[in-house]
Amino acid sequence: MPAEAKKVRDLLSPEYKFGWTADIEAESAPRGLSEDTVRLISAKKGEPDWLLEWRLRAYRQWRTMVEPRWSNVTYPPIDYQDIIYYSAPRSAKDGPKSLEEVDPKLLEVYAKLGIPLKEQERLAGVAVDAVLDSVSVATTFKEKLGSLGIVFCSFSEAVREHPELVRRWLGSVVPHTDNFFAALNSAVFSDGSFAYIPKGVRCPMELSTYFRINAADTGQFERTLIVAEEGAYVSYLEGCTAPRRDTNQLHAAVVELVALDDAEIKYSTVQNWYPGDAEGRGGIYNFVTKRGRCLGRRSKISWTQVETGSAITWKYPSCILQGDDSVGAFYSVAVAANRQQADTGTKMIHLGRNTRSTIVSKGISAGRGQNTYRGLVRIQKGAAGARNYSQCDSLLLGDQCGAHTFPTVEVHNPTARLEHEASTSKIGEDQLFYCRSRGLSAEDAVSLIVAGFCKEVFKELPMEFAVEARKLLGVSLEGAVG
Amino acid sequence: MLEIRDLHARVEGRDILRGIDLTVPAGEVHAVMGPNGSGKSTLAHVLAGREGYEIQRGRVLFAGRDLLAMSAEERAREGLFLAFQYPVEIPGLSTALFLKAALNAVRKHRGEPELDAIEFLALAKVRMARLGMDERLLQRPLNEGFSGGEKKRNEIFQMAMLEPRFCLLDETDSGLDIDALKLVADGVNAMRGPGRAMLLITHYERLLEYVVPDAVHVLSQGRIVRSGDRTLARELEEKGYAGAAAPRP
Ligand SMILES: Nc1ncnc2c1ncn2[C@@H]1O[C@H](COP(=O)(O)OP(=O)(O)OP(=O)(O)O)[C@@H](O)[C@H]1O
Ligand SMILES: [Mg+2]
Repeated sequence: MPAEAKKVRDLLSPEYKFGWTADIEAESAPRGLSEDTVRLISAKKGEPDWLLEWRLRAYRQWRTMVEPRWSNVTYPPIDYQDIIYYSAPRSAKDGPKSLEEVDPKLLEVYAKLGIPLKEQERLAGVAVDAVLDSVSVATTFKEKLGSLGIVFCSFSEAVREHPELVRRWLGSVVPHTDNFFAALNSAVFSDGSFAYIPKGVRCPMELSTYFRINAADTGQFERTLIVAEEGAYVSYLEGCTAPRRDTNQLHAAVVELVALDDAEIKYSTVQNWYPGDAEGRGGIYNFVTKRGRCLGRRSKISWTQVETGSAITWKYPSCILQGDDSVGAFYSVAVAANRQQADTGTKMIHLGRNTRSTIVSKGISAGRGQNTYRGLVRIQKGAAGARNYSQCDSLLLGDQCGAHTFPTVEVHNPTARLEHEASTSKIGEDQLFYCRSRGLSAEDAVSLIVAGFCKEVFKELPMEFAVEARKLLGVSLEGAVG
Repeated sequence: MLEIRDLHARVEGRDILRGIDLTVPAGEVHAVMGPNGSGKSTLAHVLAGREGYEIQRGRVLFAGRDLLAMSAEERAREGLFLAFQYPVEIPGLSTALFLKAALNAVRKHRGEPELDAIEFLALAKVRMARLGMDERLLQRPLNEGFSGGEKKRNEIFQMAMLEPRFCLLDETDSGLDIDALKLVADGVNAMRGPGRAMLLITHYERLLEYVVPDAVHVLSQGRIVRSGDRTLARELEEKGYAGAAAPRP
């Protein structure tokens, strides 16, 4: 690699900066999962003992657990001993050499989303020398955050540079024993993101994994931890509107958020993993545990998600409203088209007094997609004056798809006030003909209808993200009608 | 403007249109009357390009072009407009957003610049006022929860915005109160002109007192069985279809 290009790559990928890549590049763990696998992963990453112990506890717990099968999705059994849990970051030479080697279907979608060529190459995993532009952006970005005391780096880097922070908060929201997939993630997580906003600091820009990851591949077991100290504010963007392919079918990520007194965390996701072909072959299984703890008084956590990808989505971003007067929110658009299955929703656990939560869920089903909303609102005994508003809407495009809702409410305090609204609407041939008779194409009509349906969620997204998300929905649902 | 020749159409294995011949020249307004189930709405839907009809025979020329070869949206962009007998509700889609997108699709096709939100609203408000419509309907989901009369007026409002060359009105007068009928009739009359033709499907002679047609046709069992001038409408009103609709000699 020419020296100049190497420098660029070093800047972009924190892993390279720490020089351990060279040692592991050639190696990957044998298939299967055992204590040895966990030890190997931890050793490769040069982790401290406490973290290895934590991983091992998670592993031992995981062995006693069974895979949950209560969700409304079906898929063939997963052979956990047939997965490679550790492999060196994919080197450039494994990827396609140029866009000409990339699936034209994927390129077509990129073009429709208006993604610049350089960006397309990155997304498709083409080996390219990074553009100088994005280097300078990434560098200025890091400097600016650093001057405010904000830490934003890969999880591995955080373990090395800020072990005390990681040790204090890791697993404090999603314990390593939480559920089958979370335990698996805790045992074998590869990397992820870490963000720490110090007391009283308002993060001046949207934090985005896009800037941090660039060429790096975080792998199938991603771990994210975000901590906002007293009075801090951060808006975090995860994902990317462009479709992403991955050779690993199973993805089990964990995201933990912690907000102290008067802190606010806004977490926005656009998830567009490869959904599989029209028959559902080859799509990603996305089993994610996301949870935020409103630890402090008057703290706020909101989850906003636009889920269009994956063959299977199993995901319930939740809030534990512990501090008095804390506020939780969940805004979601989930699409299930073709053979996609989405089982998603949220849990709002009210512990503190006068805690408030809002749930707005918009499920779109098309083709033969199956969309399930599963929600829990629990008002604990001590949560006097708690309030929840839930709205759960389903949109059906065509008549071969399905929408299901399972809202659960548990109230242990009589002063709680809860409101629930739900609706199902169907876009059939009549609606489309009406639109077409006014000069709109079926695709334009669907994107208009969908945008209208989703607007309460889109308005929670940062501006540019909302514009992209809207375009993305249009593309995802193209061909779902007519 | 519109020339229908020997048009046959089936739906669900039933012959509904069984040889329609009808010509509406530019600048003229024709009325079609006929008993329930005679095929009036079917004719309107076939002309507007709804799928699910099997066209067995016949052709339709629209401004010299083969209408049946065009998709529904092409027909609309080329200037054909159908005011629905039963306007469709679209939950969650605001009337303003919908109509702005439709208008801009049509304008783009005509090579005219697209309207921005402000220009669109200014135009929409003028047109709505003329039809005695409440501006707030613009912000509501399309037709959802609109009263019967509001839906019908909304159709004419859309027509006034899109400025089509050929207007097809399927029982727009049904369900309107007397004042609304006058407003709608004024709206329709305002659009009459040498470059535009209209086909009004109606059951009532009353509409034709306000919008005086150049010709009246009677549709029965999928065929035009009689044509005449506006006096035919009165005759039908008095004698009913059974008494008046003897086939043409
Ligand atoms: N999709 C369909 N499937 C089966 N039959 C149909 C379908 N559409 C229309 N028909 C039938 O075709 C015939 C003509 O219907 P159409 O709606 O055109 O009548 P119309 O003249 O508009 O009646 P009205 O005055 O009541 O509005 C009716 O008998 C109707 O039941
Ligand atoms: Mg009819």
